[in-house]
Amino acid sequence: MSQPLLELRSVSMSFGGMRVNDDISFRIGKGERVALIGPNGAGKTTLVNVISGDLTPSQGAVHLAGVDVTALSISDRVDAGLIRTFQITRLFKSLTVAQNVALAVMQRKGLTRNMFSSPMDRPDVRREWERALGTLGIGHLADKQVSQLAYGQQRLLDLAIGLALEPKVLLLDEPAAGVPSEESSKIIEAIDKLPSDIAVLMIEHDMDLVFKFARRVLVLANGKLIFQGSPAEVTHHQEVRRAYLGSYADARHAS
Amino acid sequence: MTDRAIVDGMSPPRFSVPLELRAVAITLALGAIGYTLFPEDLAFLTRLISITLLVLSLDLVTGYCGVATLGHAAIYGVSAYVVGNACLAGHSDPLLLLLVGAMAGAVMGLVSGVLVTRFKGLPQLVLSIAVGQLIAALANKLSSLTGGSDGLSGISPGRLFGVYAFDMYGRTGYVFSVAVLMVVFVVLLRIVHSPFGLLCQAIKDDSLRARMIGARVYPRLVLMYGVSGVVGGIGGALNAINTGVVGLDSVGFERSAEALVMLVLGGAGSLWGALIGSIVFQVFEHYVSAANPFHWMTMVGALLIAVVLFAPKGLVSLGGLLAGRTASVLRRRP
Repeated sequence: MSQPLLELRSVSMSFGGMRVNDDISFRIGKGERVALIGPNGAGKTTLVNVISGDLTPSQGAVHLAGVDVTALSISDRVDAGLIRTFQITRLFKSLTVAQNVALAVMQRKGLTRNMFSSPMDRPDVRREWERALGTLGIGHLADKQVSQLAYGQQRLLDLAIGLALEPKVLLLDEPAAGVPSEESSKIIEAIDKLPSDIAVLMIEHDMDLVFKFARRVLVLANGKLIFQGSPAEVTHHQEVRRAYLGSYADARHAS
Repeated sequence: MTDRAIVDGMSPPRFSVPLELRAVAITLALGAIGYTLFPEDLAFLTRLISITLLVLSLDLVTGYCGVATLGHAAIYGVSAYVVGNACLAGHSDPLLLLLVGAMAGAVMGLVSGVLVTRFKGLPQLVLSIAVGQLIAALANKLSSLTGGSDGLSGISPGRLFGVYAFDMYGRTGYVFSVAVLMVVFVVLLRIVHSPFGLLCQAIKDDSLRARMIGARVYPRLVLMYGVSGVVGGIGGALNAINTGVVGLDSVGFERSAEALVMLVLGGAGSLWGALIGSIVFQVFEHYVSAANPFHWMTMVGALLIAVVLFAPKGLVSLGGLLAGRTASVLRRRP
């Protein structure tokens, strides 16, 4: 691997005496699709919070494209191209769908200091939010309030905001969780169509999605990275099967 | 389209030009209506406009940014005192005084913003009260600057544009105030629809998410506090210019609380709401307190309870609902 886009070096995170992430190291390179799996409480979301800057690790460092970003704020990391989505959708509820995405575009372009222009009219901004919504098939919802959207549509919007920020590294925290199957297929389709050069790390419980999406799987259990390898290797790994996969691996093995 | 036009914060920005023209037309029409209804009591109307500016100023931080504050009169009062002193020191040009007030308000707004927006929720609210109380106490103590409990009096502004004197009937003051309100309102409409304004609303909705799109939350909130300070400062300046007196009530807790009540009544998060709320509250207060000086606060309380029960998003939501219905009825009959 050449210069990794995202690299964790011995990251540990403790809350009080509780060690939630224990000495985790991995690298993700340009264009890689990596899944992070593990049982509930394994520390997956904590790890994403550490990477995105919501939490400062107790030990270790997070590097983005070779630069140590451990001490940087959330927004500085976003500027550097580290973007995440949320397990429970977080959107700007008093804005329209289009405004949600347009704001991300304008923030990226450094236009949010502007106090007097009409933001949505700028052709360059408009083209971008229309494209981001179009990519996810929710262009027709542009003028709706967020509160009028179905949950699956909100997840698509969350992803559209992420795309509009032009990530170099995209962290997806359970993108298909709680979404009815017809919409989750849209989400999977959208993830499939992500620009090929960005690095994606996806937390996911849905093993079908993991196997479809990932070339590499990281397995977290009790805060430790217990294994990483191809999806096929993961299903055959004894410790992983014991810790997590259980019946799923057996079923897959049998079939 | 109708459902989007209900709250001005949400209306599509591509119609922003007609929206601003509408704002000009509405403020001028309100000014004319006021003049027709209360020709003998222009002093009441100029006071109303001055307070309306305070409520608009509060809306910027509370309605658009979600900052809880009960100390906003500090901005208004400090500006009024500064303007009063500037005038007494011989700088009596009304436009200059307005500028002085706006700058004093901006400084006070930035200072409050730096302190208050560091925190969230209850600590924020308590801190805002503390700032307000501190300013009120200072105003009381520094009587050489404020006249203490007697107030700062003898403020007599010069002629407007060197031509129009502030007459005893208050006509010049009234026209001046309406014009200032109109300009401020139009500028604020632009600001709340700007990228900056949208970002502030986004921060109100979810500040962590705003950070996750790269926003620097704290500096943005402080900046909006500064803008709010300019508006509140202009309100305070108008108060000093028009009444010629600045009293402790200008900085008091009650002034802050009343402004918040007016904002909630009209609808926070909408400039129209701030406008409607302050007009309705003050006109209601004007009539009811004259009719029943002992129980008028009870009636104001009853009005508020009714609004909170039946239109929790403020009177402006009723207006929007009505406009929406009318529009859809009209559309059905081409």
